[in-house]
Amino acid sequence: MSTTTLTHDDAHHHETPTGWRRWLYSTNHKDIGTLYLLFALTMLFLGGASAMVIRAELFMPGIQLVDPDLYNNLVTNHALIMIFGAVMPAAAGLANWMIPMMIGAPDMALPRMNNLSFWILPAAATMLILSFVVPFFPGGGTQINTGWTLYPPLSIQVGMSMDFLIFAIHLLGASSILASINIIVTLLNMRAPGMKLMQMPMFCWTWLVTAFLLILVVPVLAGGVTMLLFDRHFGTSFFDAAGGGDPVLFQHLFWFFGHPEVYILLLPSIGVLSHVIPTFSRKPLFGYNSMVGAMLAVATIGMVVWAHHQYTVGMSLGAVTYFMIGTIIISIPVGLMIFNFIATMWRGAMTFETPMLFAIAIILMFTFGGLSGVMLAVVPADMQYHDSMFVVAHFHYVLMPGAVFGLFAGVFYWLPKWTGHMYDERLGKIFFWTNIVGFNITFFPQHFLGLAGMPRRIIDYNVMFTEFNVLSSFGAMIFGFSHLLLLYIVISTIRGGQKAKARAWEGADGLEWELDSPPTFHTWEVAPTIK
Amino acid sequence: MCSRFKETMGFALASSGLLGATGSQAEYGLNFVEPAAGVAQEIYDIHMMTMQVSTVLLLIVFGIVFYSLYYHRKSKGFEPDQNFHKSWFGNWSWVIVPVMVLGVDLTIASKADAVLKKVWVVPEGEKLMDVKVTGHQWWWEFDYLDHNIKVESRYIPQEKSEDLYLREVDNRLLLPNNTKVRFLHTSADVLHAFWVPALGFKKDAIPGYVTETWADLDREGVFRGQCAEICGTWHSRMPIVVEVVSQDKFDNWLEEQNQIKVAALAEASAGKTWSKDELMAKGEELYNTKCAACHQVSGLGLPPAFPALKASPIALGPVAAHLDIVLNGKEGTAMQAWGTMNDLEIAAIMTYERNAWDNNTGDVVQPADVKQAR
Repeated sequence: MSTTTLTHDDAHHHETPTGWRRWLYSTNHKDIGTLYLLFALTMLFLGGASAMVIRAELFMPGIQLVDPDLYNNLVTNHALIMIFGAVMPAAAGLANWMIPMMIGAPDMALPRMNNLSFWILPAAATMLILSFVVPFFPGGGTQINTGWTLYPPLSIQVGMSMDFLIFAIHLLGASSILASINIIVTLLNMRAPGMKLMQMPMFCWTWLVTAFLLILVVPVLAGGVTMLLFDRHFGTSFFDAAGGGDPVLFQHLFWFFGHPEVYILLLPSIGVLSHVIPTFSRKPLFGYNSMVGAMLAVATIGMVVWAHHQYTVGMSLGAVTYFMIGTIIISIPVGLMIFNFIATMWRGAMTFETPMLFAIAIILMFTFGGLSGVMLAVVPADMQYHDSMFVVAHFHYVLMPGAVFGLFAGVFYWLPKWTGHMYDERLGKIFFWTNIVGFNITFFPQHFLGLAGMPRRIIDYNVMFTEFNVLSSFGAMIFGFSHLLLLYIVISTIRGGQKAKARAWEGADGLEWELDSPPTFHTWEVAPTIK
Repeated sequence: MCSRFKETMGFALASSGLLGATGSQAEYGLNFVEPAAGVAQEIYDIHMMTMQVSTVLLLIVFGIVFYSLYYHRKSKGFEPDQNFHKSWFGNWSWVIVPVMVLGVDLTIASKADAVLKKVWVVPEGEKLMDVKVTGHQWWWEFDYLDHNIKVESRYIPQEKSEDLYLREVDNRLLLPNNTKVRFLHTSADVLHAFWVPALGFKKDAIPGYVTETWADLDREGVFRGQCAEICGTWHSRMPIVVEVVSQDKFDNWLEEQNQIKVAALAEASAGKTWSKDELMAKGEELYNTKCAACHQVSGLGLPPAFPALKASPIALGPVAAHLDIVLNGKEGTAMQAWGTMNDLEIAAIMTYERNAWDNNTGDVVQPADVKQAR
């Protein structure tokens, strides 16, 4: 870049746009990051509210609050909103904020595309919410009662709200792909001079792998739901056995996306942990190279084990044996990651601020979820666990700690950097404890429900399942309402509080901590040099 | 409201919502139910093995983490060991850890592989009793292929089933003890899944597919389960009850079923003209069993998924169109083809639908009409 263009750009950049234009027209990675995070927070409450209704309905046997179709619709929406609306945008928000600051780049490589990839989201969310609302209007057809997996033939029976949902998925997918392209281009081209790939902060590495995974698997989902759309309206029979199609094909397409999706949700949070744990242990990340290697291994193996979500469809012995061994093998790289985190804490000098508390909780509970994952991988045993509440408990133990708590840790860790204010540590700790205790009361009993024979996605159950459901719903209320405290902490930290230093945490390391808190609107206009 | 729930609530309130360990605890399961077949026992054993391995690993990880949390903290004045990752352990842990995990993996995988072969592959060259299990929205159909007997199995409303609500059916799947049974799974509409925990396995019912599982039954008793794959509105109302009885009892039951079948066939094909009252009485019973899950006993349905029959254009319109929908179903909806019922049954149901709930068309559909329309 020549000096003349640089001065020219400077003149433009220093007038900060105000009002709605600042947000709608934004090409600034920090503003777009903020938008992503606020969007995710909104969706977290929407998805959470649907989960609250589900748990309230399951509080006692019988049908009390909602009718069965609405219940199934809530189950569907809870999953889709949480995955596509809350976790993925929140991770993208962290990426937007942190990646340019961490690698010493002035902004994302493709700022206008960045704007587009965010602003597709509100449109997609509207579509998603419409798919939920439409059946309540006259002529709106039936509700989506399939669960987020949208398996045909049930999804063929659903009314027009399924079409809204299919288009919502297309839009959400397009948004993720655009964001992924942007992140890949940024990471590969915009690193500060002298920063080699193997010197990138770990959060950047996790996002690089995540972005590649997204580009590889999201189109498969888009293809799958498009075929569903064609089956519904244009007389094709991709998934209709009566027309020579195959209902199981959809399951393969869905889980070819769906399993890597688990790692898409998980990896950015692993990235956050790789910064939080060293900071509060006051010693560098243990095993940077093996961490990168483990992550690449997880992503690669994770691409080829999808069918463990559908052991019960009747595959051949050879196929299930392969998927079983492949799935069990994933415990090796994941185990190595967990080991590296523990070894980072080992012989460190730990303090226990809120991000670190979340990090420790993640290590413990994610290990638990991972081990129940190994149990599920074993085909004969899975013939019992499959589609039972045991599975529900398992994946919440993987995704809440593995994805959501990691994002919470990231938010608390970087909030001082973003806002320039320290959050109230006491409130942060209260939030942590209510959140963790609520989470465990909610999901731990569900293991027993599943083992005793309660299937998932049922609105009504026999009295033999009462006790643990009561307990689980009780925990869910604590868990759900604890997030209001998160909202309060975030708002009050944005509004004010103790001034944060540039290096807000004593043990923090990295380029982002050399910038002011909050950073100026444009940062690293002159790239730092890495030794 | 059932009494069990009230007890629980009282208990929960008394113990301030904490998980207590008294009273009702013995009633609900913490683990799999006791197996009732050889394959189920194998599955139970591998489940226990992986769970024990997992628990040990979990305790090790928790132990190390809590040790570290206690000793390696700044408030205890612990100085961080900045060179820990450069020690020999730091340099080689990326090999040591995966090898250790691989060891655990192989232990689990080798045992799992052996069990899998036994459970997954239906034994060849042996005499097995074949039962075809068909999932419907929302009931189960069991075909005893070797005996030419068909059983329809539906949930029983709470008023009648009480504490067994959602775990009891009108017609159980009766099986003889000490028999190897092959289950052939398929579906008439959407996905379902056959799951009886005591038999050990779960298998999806997929339209257009026939998948198989097997069990070597070794214990008499009543074993309960339910549909495990979401299948629409009343997914929760698809219980499965397997009753394993002695061979003698099973043979008697077969004989009984055969007689009922022969009598019903004779009645249906007698060519008799039925009175409206007879058809209405028969029709009401059949309607309430087979149709009311969707269209409701009141005939009001659950729109928009399940249209009302009361004052509906179909039930009030021409008999031929009505008959066509009942016989052949309606594509793109949950209405399935009911052509497998005999002429008398269809005639009775249609007469009932056209005259109940103030529909009062006065039409009487005779078995002969149905026969002609087929």
